[in-house]
Formats: sequence, C-alpha cells, structure tokens
Amino acid sequence: MKYLDEYRDGTLVRKVVDEIRDEISAPWTLMEICGGQTHSIVRSGLDRLLPTQLTLVHGPGCPVCVTPLETIDRSLAIASRPEVIFTSYGDMIRVPGSSTDLFSVRASGGDVRVVYSPLDALQLARENPDREVVFFAIGFETTAPPNAMSVLQASRLGVGNYSVLVSHACVPPAMRAILSWPGNLVQAFLAAGHVCTVMGYWEYPPIAEEFSVPIVVTGFEPLDLARGISAAVRQLEEGRTQAENAYPRAVTFEGNRPAQALISQVFETCDRKWRGIGEIPESGLRLREEYADFDAEKKFDVGSLTTEESSVCIAGEILQGRKKPADCPVFGETCTPEHPLGATMVSSEGACAAYYRYGRDS
Amino acid sequence: MNEKPTGGPELSCPLPLPHHDRIVLGHGSGGKLTGELIEHLFYPALDNPVLLRGDDAAVPPIEEVMEEGDSLAVSTDAHIVQPLFFPGGDIGRLAICGTVNDLAMVGAQPLWITASFILEEGLSYEDLERVVQSMRDAADEAGITVIAGDTKVVEHGQADGLYISTTGVGRIPAGRETSGRNARPGDTVLLSGTIGDHGIAVLVARGELAFETEITSDTTPLSSLVEAIYSTGAEIHTLRDPTRGGVAASLNEIARQSGIAIFLEEDRIPVRDEVQGACELLGFDPLHIANEGKLVAFVPQESASDVVESMRKHEYGREACIIGRVESDPEERVLMETGIGGTRIVDMPAGELLPRIC
Repeated sequence: MKYLDEYRDGTLVRKVVDEIRDEISAPWTLMEICGGQTHSIVRSGLDRLLPTQLTLVHGPGCPVCVTPLETIDRSLAIASRPEVIFTSYGDMIRVPGSSTDLFSVRASGGDVRVVYSPLDALQLARENPDREVVFFAIGFETTAPPNAMSVLQASRLGVGNYSVLVSHACVPPAMRAILSWPGNLVQAFLAAGHVCTVMGYWEYPPIAEEFSVPIVVTGFEPLDLARGISAAVRQLEEGRTQAENAYPRAVTFEGNRPAQALISQVFETCDRKWRGIGEIPESGLRLREEYADFDAEKKFDVGSLTTEESSVCIAGEILQGRKKPADCPVFGETCTPEHPLGATMVSSEGACAAYYRYGRDS
Repeated sequence: MNEKPTGGPELSCPLPLPHHDRIVLGHGSGGKLTGELIEHLFYPALDNPVLLRGDDAAVPPIEEVMEEGDSLAVSTDAHIVQPLFFPGGDIGRLAICGTVNDLAMVGAQPLWITASFILEEGLSYEDLERVVQSMRDAADEAGITVIAGDTKVVEHGQADGLYISTTGVGRIPAGRETSGRNARPGDTVLLSGTIGDHGIAVLVARGELAFETEITSDTTPLSSLVEAIYSTGAEIHTLRDPTRGGVAASLNEIARQSGIAIFLEEDRIPVRDEVQGACELLGFDPLHIANEGKLVAFVPQESASDVVESMRKHEYGREACIIGRVESDPEERVLMETGIGGTRIVDMPAGELLPRIC
C-alpha cells in the first residue's frame, strides 16, 4: 500500500537498525512520548531488533490512560442520565471508572454511542433537539482542533443541546515534569509526530536547551521510528541536545497555525491532573468562559465528584517511564484487556495493552 | 379494498387491510396472515417437496444420501447484521453461508437446512422477499435445501429488522478426519484469500464513517472449495472459517484445541489495500476482522502445494496461499514474524472492536 509499505520495508528498517548498532557505544534510555508509537514498536517487533544497550521507556502520551479517574466517573454520571446521548471515541468506552464503565452504562440502558468525530456528535445533537448530546472531548493537541471546531460550530449554529466533557492534555508540560522528577531516567525523547503535525516543534528547543536533552520528532511506522531512534542515539553519542525533526514528511517547525489558533480561540490552559501521575501545572486545556454553555461539567453539575485510584495498579509509574508492564504483579494475571484494572491495559495506545497483545513474554 | 362498502356505512364493518407492504404482528400469529406469508412468500421462494409437505416436522430422505461409514454433522447459527443488505451480500445469503461453511469445516457436504425468522413489525414485505430469495440462491449454490422453517413477529423496536437462525445438516463421507483438534507440528497453514473484506464492507455500509470504499463482502458458501481441497487426496487435519474475531481468533482457538503453537509470516497474509487502509484509519488489525467466505486449512507440509493449487483453481480460492506453519511449543499460542523481521504475539481480539482516538 502506497505511503505505508515503504515505511514498513524490512530491508530499510534493518539498515537503520544496523546503523544504530554501529553507532551506539553506551547504554542510553529513550522515551517515546506517544502510546501510538509504543504500539507500533511492539507490534512490528522493532524492540527485539534494537541493540540491547538501548532501553525504550514508554511515555504518558496515551490520552485514554491519563484521563483522571474522576473525569471518567463524571462521564459515567452524565451518561447514565435518561435525557443524555453520550458520545465518545471508541477507546473510552471500556475504560474502568471507580465502579463501572461506559459499556456497562450502555448495557443498563444508558444511551452511549461511539462516534468517529465530534462533528458527528454535533450532527446528532441537531437531529435530536429534545435530547442532550454530550461528547467526551479527550486527547492531546491532536484532537483539540476538531473538538474546538465542534464547540465553535455549536456556538455559531446555536445548538444549545450540545456540550463537551473536556479532558485535554498538552505534551510539553508533561515532558518538563518528567525531566524535573528526581530519579528521572530519560536521556532523550522521541516526540509524538501526530501532536507535532498540529503544534509543530517550536515548543521544544527551549526544553532541549534547559534540560540538555535531545528531542526528536518521530513518526509511527517502523522505519519512522527507527530513524527517530537513530537520530536520538546520534545526538547522545555526539553530545548534542537539540530539537530535531525526523518526521519531515508530516511535520514542519511552525505546525498547523490555523489549527493552533482554533485551539486558543476555544480553550485556555489550566492545571490538570494526569491519571497515575498527579497534577502538572499548565498542562491541560479547558473551555474559555465565553463557551461555558457548552461545558458538560457545568451543565450537569458533576464538577464536585472526586474519586480514589485502585491501589494495585502501577499505571502511574509506567506512564512516568519508571517501570515496565511486566514489573506489575497483576499484569496478565488479574489485569487483562478483557478485565482491565487500569487504563494502560485498555486503550489501543496503552503500554500494558501493547505488551499484553504483542509481546507478553518479554 | 380501501373503499368503504356502500349502502349504509354506519352499519357495516370495515374490511381489514391486506397488509401486503409491511410485516405486522398478525404475520406471526399463526392465523390467516401467517398462512399467507408462508403460501405467498416462503413456499414459492424455497420451493421443494420436503418443505411443501407442510407437516410439523420435515422428513428428509436420509437413506438416499448416507453410505456405510458416513457420519452426520449438525451446526446451528444465529445471524444478525446491520444493514440487512450490504455490498456483496445480505442477511439471507449470510444465514445460508454461515451454517453451510460451519458444516464444511468438519468435512461435511451440506444436505438440509432449517431457518427460523424473527421479524420486526414494520419490516418491508419486499425486503423480506429479497432476503428469502437470496437464501434460495445461496442454498442452490451450496447444494443445500431449506426443508423447514418458522416465523415469529415482535413489536416494533424489539428487533433490528430481521434475525435469522439456521440449522444445517451435512454428510461427512467415510474417512474424513478434520477437526480443530487435529492440527499437528509440521503442518502448513493455508489461507484461501484476502482477509477482512466482510467486516470492513459491513462497517462501511453502515454509513457512519466519513469515507467510502469499493470493498464488497466475501459472503460465499465454501462447500465446493472444500470438496476441491479433499479431491487432492491430502490428509486435511483442520479447516476453519475465520468469521467473528477474524483469523486471529480462529488460529488461537485451534492452537488451544490442538495444543500447538502457530507461526505466521505477516508478509504472506493477503490483505486488500482498501481493507488495510480502513484498518489503519480506525486502528484495527485485519487479523481481527470478520470474514464470511474464507477458510484456513492445516495440512501436512508435503501436501501443501497441491492443496494451494487446488484452491487456486476454484473461484473462491484464487488468492490462496501459505501463511505459516505449526510447531510444537509448550505454550499454545500464535506468533507472527512481522514485515520488518521482528516477532509478535497474535492475540484474540478483546471484546468489541473499538475505533481508536487518533
């Protein structure tokens, strides 16, 4: 398949892996930010081809995984209301809240629907004027523009029965938080290519400089990942610490300016809790005051709902790159994709799900 | 019929409407309307002497078809699909092929099939006619006869248009020993063609995705392809049609049933570009997507090329190929050598397939 097969070409990938092997002289620890990258690495088996001196740790870039438990509980409370059609991307449907999940809410009579875009949810609101349609607006800078667009459209069209439950997170503050932790192991980042198609990588040079860490914008196919890893290793070996673009076919330094403008028009930054990690200052997005009418948290008054995490799940340490899924005592035992105890086992981007599905024995 | 009778309308009873355009509850009442449905719709479409006897149970001529040493295979399957009509098939064709294929996977030649229908009040009569005619066409192609049936009607909103449950009976000729338990180390794993066509065709036909494709479902009866496979004289250890859960689920089941490990080679598994593209967009693995006209076969290595050759000569096996091998392994599992030379586990899909966020 064009534009795909080329980047999954075994000969090309092995050539880059050989270059990495020739170049590497010391043990290095890299973090791939995005859960999509984690899945691609394990699914393609790239992790088993890389030299053993190289350690890949998995970052917090799984939007489903870092959505706070209380936000999920709020979604469940809203979805259970009879007047509500609750819409969400597919991944969120299976994520466990403190006592149930959206699947079970649907089984108990809640109107929970999977949509492929927030604009589909908005359309649903226009077609069902007597119902309240709520969209679970989660994700990083990648999903923020379409989510913002849906609110903007609802506002322009005067669709009063549409609202969004917002749980947006931003990547650069999380990178700063990881680098600031005592005992941080990460020596270089593979930045998330999808986020950078929207945001560009103008936010990264200051981080690379301040923390002396190479940051390489990296794509998602095996060859993209091998090239990103190779660029990061080269920087580490040469003692450079720069923001570099190894995904130029999709990412520019500036990024998508109209999309960035749309985000700032509808959202403003706020402090935000990351599931398993805790609060990171200025790392979230919330609706600006002028769009408060579209804020489901206010509309359904669920803002005060708070909850505690399960004590056995080590998702937090995994999301911080401190532990690997196999270090968890319940991994693959009581915690499986069918019965997940934490979000990292649920999402198609969660590190635990990736290890369980594609490489359980490693 | 809609005209009011003349001569003192206040004294006359209005005649009931004939209800020929939509299914109403009365069609499942067992009374006149049910009789009409059977006489005018089911009998003409499915016409055969065993069915037309009209008794409470069908009495098929079993003595005419069974020979010494043969055994009987029975399979039952419920069919639900939305939309009822999709590119490459419909619920009627699916209801025949699903059961015929299950029979064929144990080496059985299809003989007779029964069908029970749950109809939702309001279903269009014309749609039901199309579905039943499609069942007849698929049954003729598969060489199976619909010999008994039943119809119930439920209130509007209590079913999704139409559900069909079918039960099929087939004859396993003496000497065929094909089972999910018979795969063994050294076997070669074969696949009859491209994977994921049905699942993606139906998903796209629902119209919920913001893209369109030319993919059509592969819904087909596989019995003649299976006969072509047996005609090579090879020992056919295992056959399975990878429907729900896709090839990944079928192979994991076989690995567990036979106590073996299966090694696949990703580059050998045929996937259409349109299916691969849809899977990339939605975050699905083609190995998890349903098929309705494909089979996997486990045969001894020395027979593999003969069997592939026999499949390729058949219209439903043109793209047949070798996709892997069986090895003995203490862990009953499915592994795959990836396109770039790595290895990964191929697991069962976990519940409903959910499109990913980004």
